[in-house]
Amino acid sequence: MAAMQAGKRRARFSITPYLFISPWALGFLFFTLGPLVFSLTMSFYDWPVVGERTFVGLDNYRTMLMDDPMFWESLGITSRFALIYVPFNIVLSFLLALLLHHARFGVGFFRTAFYLPSVISGVALVMIWNWIYSSEYGLLNYMLSFAGIGPVNWLGDKNLAVVAIIVASLWGLGGTMLILLTGLKGIPRELYEAATVSGVPGWAQMLFITLPMLGPMLVFTFITSIIAAFQQLTIALLLTKGGPQNATYFFAMYIYDNAFKFYEMGYAAAGSWIMFLIVLALSMLVMRWSAAWSYYEGELKSKDGGHDA
Amino acid sequence: MRKLFIHSALTFLAVLFILPFYWTFLSAVKSTAELYQFPPVFWPAEWHFENFLTSWNKLPFNTFLWNSTVVVVLSTIGQLISSSLVAFGFARFRFPGRDALFILLLATMMIPWDVKMIPLYMEFNYLGWINTLKPLIVPSWFADAFFVFMLRQFIMTIPLEIDEAARMDGASSFDIFWRIHLPLMTPALILVGTFHFMNAWNDYLGPLIFLNDQSKYTLTLGLALFKDPHDIDITAVASITTLLCVPPLVLFFFAQRYIMEGAVGSAVKG
Repeated sequence: MAAMQAGKRRARFSITPYLFISPWALGFLFFTLGPLVFSLTMSFYDWPVVGERTFVGLDNYRTMLMDDPMFWESLGITSRFALIYVPFNIVLSFLLALLLHHARFGVGFFRTAFYLPSVISGVALVMIWNWIYSSEYGLLNYMLSFAGIGPVNWLGDKNLAVVAIIVASLWGLGGTMLILLTGLKGIPRELYEAATVSGVPGWAQMLFITLPMLGPMLVFTFITSIIAAFQQLTIALLLTKGGPQNATYFFAMYIYDNAFKFYEMGYAAAGSWIMFLIVLALSMLVMRWSAAWSYYEGELKSKDGGHDA
Repeated sequence: MRKLFIHSALTFLAVLFILPFYWTFLSAVKSTAELYQFPPVFWPAEWHFENFLTSWNKLPFNTFLWNSTVVVVLSTIGQLISSSLVAFGFARFRFPGRDALFILLLATMMIPWDVKMIPLYMEFNYLGWINTLKPLIVPSWFADAFFVFMLRQFIMTIPLEIDEAARMDGASSFDIFWRIHLPLMTPALILVGTFHFMNAWNDYLGPLIFLNDQSKYTLTLGLALFKDPHDIDITAVASITTLLCVPPLVLFFFAQRYIMEGAVGSAVKG
């Protein structure tokens, strides 16, 4: 025992810490690194689930990029979805968090109400929305009828189906909202007090105090939203099955179909690597962009300090 | 004036967020006649609570419930044990490669599930685990990165003196973990348990890919069986959807305090 303790103190080699982290290390090897390497290998093969596999080099990637219109179509659909979903998710979560932050009573109740959709299963969410969107007896069309808008075929229309999926996805923004709310609570009150005393108007306080202070959290939610948008599968799979006329055939669904409908495991693996690279590139871009932004924040802080003194 | 605006906006939005739940519950207990009535009925004349039982018996939901329970219980136990062990290892030891490994652990959180889904399917297929519950349970015994991170942040707040005092008394590292840290970690463990329970209970894609026979289905797959485009049984869908939502909601209400205050902040601040 004493030896172990000394080992820890003098940073001599001891096996104990490695034993503690071994569950993760083994899991990493068998359920993350192994699969990643395997998947990369598979992407260079024509690899059916059963039967002969043949090495094809970069053919999977070449075919996908050059001769597969479904690749570009599904990638386009996912990109358009992300382009709308990501900003809406962040802005609406932010506005909700802001409202909650300034509320005087019932905060707990409201917070819970907004978070509730995030704790239920995606399948349940789909079942619920399937119904809200129903053109004959749906809740949405009923509400719209008050505004004199006739029955709308939400899930049957090429353009509206994507909107329907976006709205259903946004119903689950509770997690993002909670993160931003925590961030808002962490901003020192003195900053606002000082600004108010100095006569800084509300909109400028928002722009120069709230948003920069919330920076890291916004970046975090930005990245997780992008990943979520690209992984969008359950809702499309169950709510629209990719239809109508492939209007909601997301990129994740394209990969899923290649793997588990056509059993082209190598081809699907190649698709999943393309997704991985896109998500990675976008995340890096966000981080780089935010790095420039934090610099700005630091600059601003020193200016603020000058103001105070 | 401003306060009034904030609270009216919040009330309106809260109704918007909760209405779908109420609507689903309502559709489960309405009579068939009222179900198709337009304009819709918001307070049914008769409440048909027996709909839950009849819907439950339309498919082998007892089997699905059993499968879900096995998956959720076994994987949650595994997750709690493995994540806390790993978190303790990262939080309380100095060892060569620690920081690099920890960064690696954080990086794994960024990998989309779609990338791992295909090779994992092949791996489990090779092991003969397809169409068993193992793929949904075994990986949870190998510590999820996010939970390790959360628990590590929590352990860092526990004073080192406690460990040192115990070591003076001759306690081994495992004793310190098991007798001292595990009890102290209870709030964080409740949080991990809750999140993991919800993930496992709500999971759809995992069971969809790894399970084939109806006898192996979990509840989410069972519910999806109702989504037959030709003949949608609204009462059944609404009843089972309602029932499926109950455990996560109940759990959420009990663990709410920990969710709202603890995890989110520490998880992000890093």
